[in-house]
Amino acid sequence: MFARSRFVARRAIKFGSGSRTLSTTLPRRADITLTVDGKEVTVPQGTALIQACEAAGATVPRFCYHDRLAIAGNCRMCLVEVERSPKPVASCAMPAMPGSKVFTNTPLVHKAREGVMEFLLANHPLDCAICDQGGECDLQDQSMRYGSDRTRFHEITGKRAVENKDLGPIVKTSMNRCIQCTRCVRFANDVAGVEDLGTTGRGNDLQIGMYVEKVMDSEMSGNIIDLCPVGALTSKPYAFQARPWELKKTESIDVLDAVGSNIRIDSRGVQVMRIQPKINDEVNEEWINDKTRYAYDGLKYQRLTTPLVREGDRFVPATWEHALETIRHGLINSGAKGDEIKAVAGHLADTESLTTLKDLFNKLGSENLTLDQPFGDSPPATGVDLRSNYLFNTGIENIEEADAVLLIGTNPRHEAAIINTRFRKSFLRRGANFGLIGETFPSTFELEHLGQSAKDAETFFSKPGNGTFAKIWKEAKKPLIIVGSAVMETKDGAAVLKAVSKHVLANQARFLNQEWNGFSILQRAASRAAAYDLGFTPSTTSSSVKPKFIYLLNADEFDPTTIPSSSFVVYQGHHGDLGAQYADVCLPGSAYTEKSTTWINTEGRAQLGRTAVPPPGASREDWKILRALSEVLNQPLPYDDVLALRDRMWDISPTLVRYDSREIPSVELTKLGLQVLSENKTSQASGEKFKKPIEDFYRTDPISRASVTMAACSKAFTKGDYVPADVDEGATAQASYA
Amino acid sequence: MSLARSALSAIQRPLYGAGRRTFTSSSSRRSESLFVHRDTDYNNPSIPFTFTPDNLKRAKEIISRYPPQYKKAAVMPILDLGQRQNKGWTSISVMNAVAELLEMPRMRVYEVATFYTMYNREPVAENFLQLCTTTPCQLGGCGSSKILHTIQDHLKISPGQTTKDGKFTLIEVECLGACSNAPMMQIGDDFYEDLTPETTIKLLDALATGEKPKPGPQTGRKTSENAAGLTALTSKPLGPGEMCVPEFA
Ligand code: SF4
Ligand code: FES
Ligand code: FES
Repeated sequence: MFARSRFVARRAIKFGSGSRTLSTTLPRRADITLTVDGKEVTVPQGTALIQACEAAGATVPRFCYHDRLAIAGNCRMCLVEVERSPKPVASCAMPAMPGSKVFTNTPLVHKAREGVMEFLLANHPLDCAICDQGGECDLQDQSMRYGSDRTRFHEITGKRAVENKDLGPIVKTSMNRCIQCTRCVRFANDVAGVEDLGTTGRGNDLQIGMYVEKVMDSEMSGNIIDLCPVGALTSKPYAFQARPWELKKTESIDVLDAVGSNIRIDSRGVQVMRIQPKINDEVNEEWINDKTRYAYDGLKYQRLTTPLVREGDRFVPATWEHALETIRHGLINSGAKGDEIKAVAGHLADTESLTTLKDLFNKLGSENLTLDQPFGDSPPATGVDLRSNYLFNTGIENIEEADAVLLIGTNPRHEAAIINTRFRKSFLRRGANFGLIGETFPSTFELEHLGQSAKDAETFFSKPGNGTFAKIWKEAKKPLIIVGSAVMETKDGAAVLKAVSKHVLANQARFLNQEWNGFSILQRAASRAAAYDLGFTPSTTSSSVKPKFIYLLNADEFDPTTIPSSSFVVYQGHHGDLGAQYADVCLPGSAYTEKSTTWINTEGRAQLGRTAVPPPGASREDWKILRALSEVLNQPLPYDDVLALRDRMWDISPTLVRYDSREIPSVELTKLGLQVLSENKTSQASGEKFKKPIEDFYRTDPISRASVTMAACSKAFTKGDYVPADVDEGATAQASYA
Repeated sequence: MSLARSALSAIQRPLYGAGRRTFTSSSSRRSESLFVHRDTDYNNPSIPFTFTPDNLKRAKEIISRYPPQYKKAAVMPILDLGQRQNKGWTSISVMNAVAELLEMPRMRVYEVATFYTMYNREPVAENFLQLCTTTPCQLGGCGSSKILHTIQDHLKISPGQTTKDGKFTLIEVECLGACSNAPMMQIGDDFYEDLTPETTIKLLDALATGEKPKPGPQTGRKTSENAAGLTALTSKPLGPGEMCVPEFA
């Protein structure tokens, strides 16, 4: 405790309000018992009264309180009666007290709620009919339930009018509707790390904004739309598109990074209308990043909807039979044998289709199963024999416990925005320390930059020097090393892993024990962990053969020079992106919203995505396409339905189908894996600088590249080129005295 | 949306497009001042502001009064320092400089500067007249409404405005805590109390010529003593030992 607060203090000097300590996750404390509406409940000491009420089954209405944000206590909607307290008590801001008697359903409470409702509505425009929040508005619901049925509002001066703010291409504002709960402000400051959002003015004139005209530059900004209990912050891309009750809700998994955020796909007919977060405390809590949320409009454009066969310099639509036959002929005519038949698995390939592709290619006699990344045709530096060598062993939910984090060659803000929010949380609440070896980035927590290259990493481990971070690192009780996936895509990958594993093994007591595993690899592609689990990796000889037949499964990031012009190329995927350009035959697959498939996230957690909408046109589920192809190629695979296929996956690795649980690597196995890494014969670490793998967060895959919203975000945030729509030409300043 | 989207847009776009439908008829209540920043040629972030070495020393002194990890607690006095250096008003550059000095996000400074009414976010003249028009001042003496009218007629400005010659800015403020000497106004840092239309005009004329009239009650009254002379405690106060039983004398 003391050490922790000392760190907080030290940081505050340098970081200003970045160091607001909001609350601290303390070890579980004693339980206390109180009575809510005559019912006894036992809750841990320090629990907010509102949560105790909740635990007793009494719903307390609220606007400002949110269990994942700091407590503000400014809306007063949560008033309850507490015995021997002279006034109603705001239950969100009041800790539960042992033995107290709480009432949530008395005339006093009803009257208090009605009164608060009346105040809130006094300045609210009541424009539900034209408000996008309609149907999922807390204010609407709660005024129906707890409000009065008539108004006493007869102010001739009218209702408060507030100027709308332009926060960028994602958040649409209608500030007249704001009830000043400050949830958005707390989220922006504490979770997203945008310290530009705040409140200006006072009293009745208090308003939310940034004071100066600028965009809310955050990859998490979409969450404030969900948080806003009223329609003050709504979604720009989704504006006036649908009402919540028309939407079919499908719980699924996001695939645009390797976090595997749980999402809810809201669809109407065959169209995905929006994507919302689904709560999963172990993964994404309640947040998703803006790409996850808004890339969905990319699912409408640039789609491959029918098989295409290249004729001369153009594609001709074909039937499935024709396309598959063409592939058969292509394979025969190319004369490809063994490893000359090459498969490339892209970022968005699902586990089922990877399994099918691997089985098919093995049957064809090829071991040339490569990954769509630099050095993707040589065996991965991490090896694939031990899962702990390529997974995020620490577990996403546990990283908040780390007291010192060393990031190597990774920008978590772009590679795993959700994980980044957890870092910010541990930075604010626990004063965790961060060091970075690699390219710098605008971080949401304070970082000490320790170097640029693999060599610097080696030096840090051998001669840490006397920097602040180096000192803390030596003492850290729960140190955490995170190696970014991009490191393994350089020639220094093995050398870095060797240095890291030696360091971890030398300090195993602190890094690896029953409670803590401080060695993690951060993947950034949704398919990568699955590919490794399946052994979908190239052989040592793969890189030296010249392929004659290439099968691109969702591969759109490759270097075109790796595709010999003489080879026969098949592209299977859902978008006409890079891969399709080089193809002789394009097979239309389905996007993640259109198939029910398994995804393994960077922690090795298997999760099942679900079909929300049917695939467009003639496109099919990916594994079925490959299964059909196997038939045409006379190498039929032994599974006809998805259950049989999952049995096959179980045979390969049971972890692939143990859904929703994370197989935690044992300490012994992790050590063994590190042993292997530390004994690798590698070349010397070079001084070559690590490069960020993601230059433009908003355009990383075929879906986001096809998305109009993402293009607008990229323009606004990555290029910093956004013209606010609402600037008043020739605006003159108004005297700003009150 | 429907209810005049903003105070400002109503001001700046008086002519709504002809086809514009309004959905409701309730009127909009505009905020009393502008709580967002708009770049103007006299107030924009590119206008430099740095604390003078003297003020920087003072700022350091102020900051040292707070624990080092709560440096930002000094934001209010430092903003005031900045405002004084910047001719009595807090420009966006002043706020940014304060944020930088205290190592806090700019928005946190903007929040403070917009919350408190005594940070002037628009330029003020050298004679900044803050006339109290709260109830006691309105009722006391000749009443602040009279004073307000006197000033308005004399300077030809209304509250919130600055005279053409740039010598006076007038605003109305709430109670300044000198109600016993109502009506009163604050000019710069000084209180001028017990005003009448005549003394007000005299004051303004003196200020216009660059003089600095004596602050305090303008009637010759001594602070807030009874203007009509003392009515109680007029006799000589008892000294030590007087009127005591002999044992205590
Ligand atoms: S904009 Fe929404 S979330 Fe933000 S303070 Fe207003 S009501 Fe709350
Ligand atoms: S929820 Fe308790 S005051 Fe807002
Ligand atoms: S009312 Fe004017 S000073 Fe108090």
